[in-house]
Amino acid sequence: MLRHRLSTLLAVIYAAALFGFIFLPVAVLVLFSFQDGRLPVPPFNGFSLQWYEAIFADRKLMAALLNSLIVATASSAVACLLGFMAAYGFARYRLPGSVLQRGLLIAPMTVSYLIIALGLLTVLNTLGIGLSLWTVGIGHVVINLPLCFAIIYSSMGDHHVNIERAARDLGASDWKVMLLVTAPMLMPSILASFFLSVTFSWDEFIIAFLLSRFNVTLPVEIWSLLRSGLNPKTNAIGSVVFLASIALLAILELTLFRKKNTP
Amino acid sequence: MTAAVSIRTVSRLFHQFTALNEVSLEIAAGEFIVLLGPSGCGKTTLLSILGGFLLPSSGQVLIADKDMTFVPPARRPTTTMFQDYALFPHMCLRDNVGFGLRMRGMARAERYEKALGFLDLVGLKASSAKKPHELSGGQRQRVALARALAVDPDVLLLDEPLGALDLKLRRQMQDELKAIQKRVGTTFVHVTHDQEEAMAIADRIVVMNAGRIEDVGAPAEIYMRPKSLFSAGFMGEVNFLDGKAMARDGDDVLVETPLGRLALPATAFTAGEARAGQKLSLVIRPEHFRGPAETAGSPGSLSLGEARITSSAFFGTHQRCHVAPVSSPSSSLVVHMPQTAQLADGVCVPLAVQAADIVALPAVTEA
Repeated sequence: MLRHRLSTLLAVIYAAALFGFIFLPVAVLVLFSFQDGRLPVPPFNGFSLQWYEAIFADRKLMAALLNSLIVATASSAVACLLGFMAAYGFARYRLPGSVLQRGLLIAPMTVSYLIIALGLLTVLNTLGIGLSLWTVGIGHVVINLPLCFAIIYSSMGDHHVNIERAARDLGASDWKVMLLVTAPMLMPSILASFFLSVTFSWDEFIIAFLLSRFNVTLPVEIWSLLRSGLNPKTNAIGSVVFLASIALLAILELTLFRKKNTP
Repeated sequence: MTAAVSIRTVSRLFHQFTALNEVSLEIAAGEFIVLLGPSGCGKTTLLSILGGFLLPSSGQVLIADKDMTFVPPARRPTTTMFQDYALFPHMCLRDNVGFGLRMRGMARAERYEKALGFLDLVGLKASSAKKPHELSGGQRQRVALARALAVDPDVLLLDEPLGALDLKLRRQMQDELKAIQKRVGTTFVHVTHDQEEAMAIADRIVVMNAGRIEDVGAPAEIYMRPKSLFSAGFMGEVNFLDGKAMARDGDDVLVETPLGRLALPATAFTAGEARAGQKLSLVIRPEHFRGPAETAGSPGSLSLGEARITSSAFFGTHQRCHVAPVSSPSSSLVVHMPQTAQLADGVCVPLAVQAADIVALPAVTEA
């Protein structure tokens, strides 16, 4: 009985330490975004919303926020579309060197973002393409495509083959089969890969930093804020970013994963 | 609608394996054909070729006198009902059944009306807004049937559609399938390995084995007058009796067997006339043995001497006995005796068979 209580206690302590380790920095960040003072460090002087006012009044920051939203959604949509089509091709047709090709598609996941960014920078320079939000978007498609492909490909089971056959047998063309049957059947994994891509693109820094010039995304703008020293404003915008991620996660939980639970 | 199907010397090879070996078959419009055989006999391959999912290595497929050999599934007047039903999981039943009509460009209102009509045909009109996962196996099967019929195919191909159902439901669905086929008049080609199912629904059964057609005919014909040993053995329980054709005696042929010399009518030789000296296998169904009371003096009855009962079991409609003929004690026959017969192990009973019930086929010499 005592041993049982002791082990329960240890488990609780362990869990508390674990979650503390993960969430304490975020909690501190959020707490000091409400700091009534110029420095986001202890002691906590009092509650104030002045820094939130400041960031929403900051045009550059708001422009960067909007840019991030555009880049994240657009690049994720493109990555999902390309990933879905690639997965469909590999799952349904016998392609030469299929294993090797699939490996090549997933390989960018193992390459560091820095290398990808440098490579893209060289290519873009050679081609004479100027840096812009477009190039950031291209970079994010490059890093998210392998993820989208892997998620969608893994959910494309053989049990769908007969269903697609049936659709074709009933007169559907290849495009209609993909659009009306395959994609809706795979919608949970397509949406999951889309939202994952959005979160990755949303707080990606290195590629966004190296491949942008005048219009920048939020992480790059926050970084330039940080260069002028610690400031509760960075905490405030950080909290907003965190809130956005949490909101996205909540949407995912409530829509996709709930659907999966009910058979 | 309905159409005739003509399969002309169709072969299909998978690498070195011959799945179909020069199969030819004529199917009349509106017929209910069952392709019957063990797994790996080529029946599903043949169905896939009819549906257009597989191309034959050689040969030709004609539907309504048009060459369909290389026409893709979508443009054939056939629809396939898949073994796993292959319903669209994200669509309600009405959309599932209406899918083919949608692909044909039918307007929504008309399509819905027609889809509901076909759901009504299979008794699921009230569930039209449900999704497939809310249905039982038998109901899904009905939806798959409605969906396949909704596009008004000339030929409906059914790939072991009842395989996933339990026995009771299967028997019930057989009757429904048969009734619906009669009502719509479409040519049905149905694949199964269950010979009882085949007999219950087929106009004609096509028995297949090792990529070839062994036998074609109405259920009673296949069962009573099989044209191959495989077909005889596949369609329920049977006794094979070795024999040797001796001489002709008028219209009859004398056959030497371990149980004595039997005079068989020419009609017993379903696979063609026997040469003198040819080795034969006589096919006798257990229920064709007559009990002691029935043998006395009936014309056409052949006596097989006496046999000793080695074991017996009560089966409800009959008693199934293993017997050892006195003239050939090492062999064993399965005999169905009447329910009321007083039987005991070790007792000798006289055996007799109507000559007309025996089928004599060329023996297969095991290599």
